[in-house]
Amino acid sequence: MTEKLRLDQNNVNKARESAHRIAVDTQSFIDLHTTVTVERTVCRLLGIDGVNALDVPLPNVVVDHMNDKGVLGVGAAYLIGTAMLDTGKTPQEVAEAIDEGSIDLTKLPPRSIEEIRGVIMPVAEATVERIRKNVAKRSEYLTEFGDKTDPYLYVIVATGNIYEDITQAKAAAKQGADIIAVIRTTGQSLLDYVPYGATTEGFGGTYATQENFRLMRAALDEVGEEQHRYIRLCNYCSGLCMPEIAAMGALERLDVMLNDALYGILFRDINPQRTIIDQFMSRVINSFAGVIINTGEDNYLTTADAVEEAHTVLASQFLNEQFALEAGLPEEQQGLGHAFEIDPDVPNGFLYELAQAQMARQIFPKAPLKYMPPTKFMTGNIFRGHVQDALFNIVTILTGQKLHLLGMLTEAIHTPFMSDRALSIENAQYIFRTMHDLGDDITFREGGIMETRANEVLQKATDLLGEIEKMGLFATLEKGIFADIKRSRDGGKGLAGVTRKDAVYFNPFIELMKREV
Amino acid sequence: MSSGLYNTHKADFDTHFDPTHVKAYGDTMNDGKVQFSFTLPVKNDERGIEAARQLVRKMGVDEPNVACAKTLDAEFTFFVVYGSVVHSVDYENIHVVTVEEETMSMEETNEYIREHFGRKIIMVGASTGTDAHTVGIDAIMNRKGFAGHYGLERYEMIEAYNLGAQIPNEEFVRKALEVNADVLLVSQTVTQKDIHIQNLTELVEYLEAEGLRDRFILCCGGARITHELAKELGYDAGFGAGKYADDVATFAVTEMVKRGMK
Repeated sequence: MTEKLRLDQNNVNKARESAHRIAVDTQSFIDLHTTVTVERTVCRLLGIDGVNALDVPLPNVVVDHMNDKGVLGVGAAYLIGTAMLDTGKTPQEVAEAIDEGSIDLTKLPPRSIEEIRGVIMPVAEATVERIRKNVAKRSEYLTEFGDKTDPYLYVIVATGNIYEDITQAKAAAKQGADIIAVIRTTGQSLLDYVPYGATTEGFGGTYATQENFRLMRAALDEVGEEQHRYIRLCNYCSGLCMPEIAAMGALERLDVMLNDALYGILFRDINPQRTIIDQFMSRVINSFAGVIINTGEDNYLTTADAVEEAHTVLASQFLNEQFALEAGLPEEQQGLGHAFEIDPDVPNGFLYELAQAQMARQIFPKAPLKYMPPTKFMTGNIFRGHVQDALFNIVTILTGQKLHLLGMLTEAIHTPFMSDRALSIENAQYIFRTMHDLGDDITFREGGIMETRANEVLQKATDLLGEIEKMGLFATLEKGIFADIKRSRDGGKGLAGVTRKDAVYFNPFIELMKREV
Repeated sequence: MSSGLYNTHKADFDTHFDPTHVKAYGDTMNDGKVQFSFTLPVKNDERGIEAARQLVRKMGVDEPNVACAKTLDAEFTFFVVYGSVVHSVDYENIHVVTVEEETMSMEETNEYIREHFGRKIIMVGASTGTDAHTVGIDAIMNRKGFAGHYGLERYEMIEAYNLGAQIPNEEFVRKALEVNADVLLVSQTVTQKDIHIQNLTELVEYLEAEGLRDRFILCCGGARITHELAKELGYDAGFGAGKYADDVATFAVTEMVKRGMK
């Protein structure tokens, strides 16, 4: 098949190989380490849930106890297994006993790894089976209703109150939305725990809790059955609790989750080592649960210039692809991100947007690309904003983007009103209908503005990945290559939660869930 | 059709501009034409449309014309309504507080600093509290700036520190002391339920409690910030939409001179 843009295939290969070697090199660091949230994830998947009298989640109670006693590196599975053998309790009961102070995980008689695995693996298997059933349930729905071949219309709800979110989400689904993302409350990414239960208070969004996930899932299934469409649910793995939220998402059948290998480092100042380790397990879980991940390259362009820094987006997409593959997450689940963020005053800006979107489509042919709408140059002039969103919609239908995050005419004014969402859906549906096959009818001029632009971006991305390969990933982050933001290896939040794995360490869920791709 | 869109019989109003009775302008002076769009949690039918019309009439609008009624859900309808507002405002007697300095260019500011201080002015900016959005502070501080206005980092005579987002007030102040800052810039983007006001107030209270308030020029900015609101909250200036790095820099350095800061 001839490609629309004649890209320099040598550069594509070179860039991908560099990214691969960077990911492999970083993976050797990841494999030696664990973190507090990785261990809390193990606790959660072993069935530890709920909060104590002070509202501290029990997974935190257990892992804080391990950390205080200096045995985090031994791993939750090993220690809880030992306690189960000693007391005959379930993991949940062990956690409650730790909270009461009646069990000290460091004062238990040692057991052989075979004995420990003998009690842990059946519990782990049961959880994994539950997740497998969720995957099967999704497949059943998709078989019954069919899946959409056009771009998924992705909208956000963000009222702060899960019940109000449900009202908004159901209305959006009826209007034609295919993916509902519940934006998290401001600040959640920096919490080193996951709040518990249904919540009705949040700022700029709603807490990601397992109960909120469950409530929204049930509501979307209900409206989906009415509409004979499967409505996908999206939430955010980013922050200090990446794998825990991935686990909650797997248990409650989320379909799409934000998950970027570098985002937390750059935009939330989370320690680079911590994020790199956390993203691995979160992606193993996302992969097993059939979740499409969204990566966050679009954010680079909200701080750096979309014309000058386009190559950093492409470089990061290559890295996210390779990190995802290292975690066993296949291309078909990689919603690599980019965005329509070129200044409307730039002459031929639309051509650059179109070129970059087409380039991403060709370089990552199997990935369900996530395309983000204009935000940086949305001014409050809602009428112009609606036109900007229309142009963005055109790029998606011409280049086959898949997760199409709808732009709102009121971007930069408020979180979307119900009517904003409806107008956006109407806008996108109109353009997708009226231009449905235009992409197939268009060829790009050889050596034209768009082809030249795409090859320039590709060249710069290839060079950049070559440099990163030489420097190593951590040194690159220290130099501020991505989004103009500098992050030191030992800086940022959450470093205290990183530790080296002990010789006896094992993680039953990586063993059971990591897929080969 | 009773829409009134094309009828002319109401054009009997005085079409002279009167600054003490300013009305909205559609295409004729004093026609009072305004547009509304809103959603009502009711069914899209004749009764719903009448509800929209009555609501707009209660807002002081004559002959409301429901141009569009679109179903959002079984019990939610979106309306676009036009009409003529009966109210007017006395423009003559409106006085607003604004930052009044003539804005200097980057070069003029650099020169002004060289002349008055003979050293670099140190500015520290952040999006504080729980606010995760860096858009605002980046627009002011990043070298590149925004919409053709270079950011503070590009100013030769300004040493700019952009701390990014979600910076607790205490940490913000600690950093300001550490680098011996002259000017503090606080950005607040997410404004749901007025959390920005609470956070901005806390910073002022913290500075006052530590006896540091007079040590800095304190500015805030964001889409919902006005100069008047900023002054009310105890800031020296506030910068809303349409203000850029040059506006902020001009205010800060001239205010420093006014206060006799060296």
